[in-house]
Amino acid sequence: MFLVDMHRIERYSDCRTVQTDGTPRGTRKNPGRGRHVKILSPSRMERCIGCHSCSLACARLVHKLLSWDAAGIRIMSSGGLSSGFEARTCLACDPAPCVDACPTGAYSQRRGGGVITRMKLCIRCGKCAPACPVDAIYLDTSGQPFVCIHCGRCVPFCPHQCLETIDAAQGHHPGVAE
Amino acid sequence: MIREHFRVMVVDLAAGSGNPVDLEGRDTLAGGSGLAAELFSRYGKPGGRWDDQDQPLIFAIGPLTGYFPLMSKTVCSFKSPYHNQYTESHGGGRSALCLRFADLDALVITGKAKRPSCLTVGSRHLELKDISYLWGADVYATGKMLRRAEKGSGHRSILRIGPAGESGSAMACINVDSYRHFGRLGGGCVMGSKNLKAIVIHGDAVLPLPENREYPAVFDEVYKKLTATDMMSKYHNLGTPVNMAVLNEIKSLPVRNLQKTSDPAIEGITGETFARDALLRNAACSGCPIGCIHIGFVREKFMEENQYLYRQVSYDHEPIFAAGAMLGVNDCFAVLSLLDAAEKMGIDVMSCGVALAWATEASEKGLLSEKETIIPLRFGDPASYKEAIRHLSVGTTDFYRLLGQGALKAAARYGGAEFACVLGQEMAGYATGEVFFTSQALGFRHSHLDSAGYSYDQKHKAKDVKEAVDFLLEDERGRAFLTSMVSCLFARNVYTDELLGQCLTAVGYGALASSMKGVSLHIQKLRWKARMATGFDPDGVTVPKRFTEVVTESGPVDASYLEELKNEYAGRIRQLATDAGQ
Ligand code: SF4
Ligand code: SF4
Ligand code: SF4
Repeated sequence: MFLVDMHRIERYSDCRTVQTDGTPRGTRKNPGRGRHVKILSPSRMERCIGCHSCSLACARLVHKLLSWDAAGIRIMSSGGLSSGFEARTCLACDPAPCVDACPTGAYSQRRGGGVITRMKLCIRCGKCAPACPVDAIYLDTSGQPFVCIHCGRCVPFCPHQCLETIDAAQGHHPGVAE
Repeated sequence: MIREHFRVMVVDLAAGSGNPVDLEGRDTLAGGSGLAAELFSRYGKPGGRWDDQDQPLIFAIGPLTGYFPLMSKTVCSFKSPYHNQYTESHGGGRSALCLRFADLDALVITGKAKRPSCLTVGSRHLELKDISYLWGADVYATGKMLRRAEKGSGHRSILRIGPAGESGSAMACINVDSYRHFGRLGGGCVMGSKNLKAIVIHGDAVLPLPENREYPAVFDEVYKKLTATDMMSKYHNLGTPVNMAVLNEIKSLPVRNLQKTSDPAIEGITGETFARDALLRNAACSGCPIGCIHIGFVREKFMEENQYLYRQVSYDHEPIFAAGAMLGVNDCFAVLSLLDAAEKMGIDVMSCGVALAWATEASEKGLLSEKETIIPLRFGDPASYKEAIRHLSVGTTDFYRLLGQGALKAAARYGGAEFACVLGQEMAGYATGEVFFTSQALGFRHSHLDSAGYSYDQKHKAKDVKEAVDFLLEDERGRAFLTSMVSCLFARNVYTDELLGQCLTAVGYGALASSMKGVSLHIQKLRWKARMATGFDPDGVTVPKRFTEVVTESGPVDASYLEELKNEYAGRIRQLATDAGQ
């Protein structure tokens, strides 16, 4: 196998798309008790080549958009291309500051960390984005927030396995590198 | 599909403003190469000089840019200071996706800015800023300062020139995002002539996707072909430098100004050696999961007491051939330090290395002295070449200024034209034989990527002129379509006509998908027409004697076969341009 395990793309692609309320199918029906809940972890970003395949995949598959911004993960050069790349993505806080900031319940606490999003409730107030300490929430020009819902669909598109989903109950912080 | 027509931003640097223009023609021009040729016919002055202020500098992407992987290149076209004719140069980095997300199919830049300037474009942004304080700065410093000056940490592409572009060198390149370039035929010089030090493209729009089931399915199929099979492993693994050892083995590597085609000493600069000793990491153009960009390091001791600094430099086959084998420099770190020097000055390292190889042989033969070269040029001496790269970039003396216009221009004054390794421009790193020499000498971009002449040489031993030229033209036609999409040509084996058709249909360009063959021929003709209108005479092309002295694994080059190929190809190009005119 040279770069990408396509079986994983197929495995992820059958079930998870965003429902009209912005929640990935499966997550809401069975929120789990923490130990079954997965979170996205960019554990191996030192390997990143800056291809943006992950954010393009998230936008394409989760949000049905062509974008490298309107996605749950955004790749930034950490200061000029010579210093490598970093991933702006949700750290799965619990309690989540963005949830506290949200006045309508569009963002609510996800068990295992992160947020459950109900876009129908979102009034585009833009309070969530600045509340996030790691700039993981992208606001488009209409003020719609985009955040990672920890579905894992971007993972198999990374050619260098920089990304993985981990068990929220593992106690492993997604910010800890390999 | 975002829209059927093209959306083009036409900027007038003199006025400091621009207009978004809608242009029809998706089904006949496709985008990229086709769109650029059309834009040149609208905004260019075929008979005017390349540095006429009104001449356009064009950047164009294609209908698949951003929608599919490896649709990651931008076509830059302009009237070249090298030969005063229309040309294209292709580059990647983030430029293509940034143009897509700036919601532009093309950017056309005309006029001359009053002061050294930086043009910033985005989907909701257009601004020309005075950056006189950066005039004279090298490519690295310019990049650093622009990153700081340009607010916002979003996705952007920074195109800039170095001292070579400011000094009027026809070898000046446009650096894209540090590691990629619009390298050949002097795009950097065109920017310099327009007082345009840099272009920043903000990719800040969010775009809709086709609402069908095919698109994600076709995407997955393409992605699978590109990544889960071995089709691209050459580029991912050792990268293009894998060619160094391969070409050396079959006696087809230009060594020491093409005095030889093989040398055991190149062991020190093979792809394998670079990967083992100097490779730091890989990087990718945006939208490409292959990551063919290989980044090595240069480490310099700047003080006794073990004080070092380091820089990261990208390497590929062509730069290694030009700054390594061609100059007899056979140490990978020495080569990287030459690439670093060229990168900093913003000079195309291929042209620069090949031109200095000519100057070295001319020095050996007594045609040049240190009065011209300032420092002695000797094969295998990287320290003097490092100095020479700087002189060549800034044009320290008349000699270097002339050499910066091309080795043949310098040879016209100082002698030595017979050993100038020039095929339309300074040669690429393949000495495979007659068909490649013909294809570079007469190819549209004078690039090894115009068509696969080098591989034809290796696979076909029979000297069938018609068959060879048929192959070159047919291959060029296919590539003209790919560079209208705009695909990276490394993906040419994956993006077959069938797959391209599926991709185009999936994003809503069904009409284009059903007429690909006709459209590609139309684009091929359109490009040649633009080239001929700016003065190209295929019959006037000469191949210097040195190429006829080459001996490869297949034996000595056959000068009469080469001549016949050239005549046949020239006739066919003229025919294409005439067809396009009718
Ligand atoms: S979006 Fe930000 S604040 Fe909200 S849970 Fe994720 S990391 Fe925490
Ligand atoms: S885990 Fe899902 S929501 Fe999060 S970035 Fe990846 S694809 Fe997007
Ligand atoms: S897909 Fe992987 S390598 Fe590519 S940008 Fe994302 S994290 Fe980096």
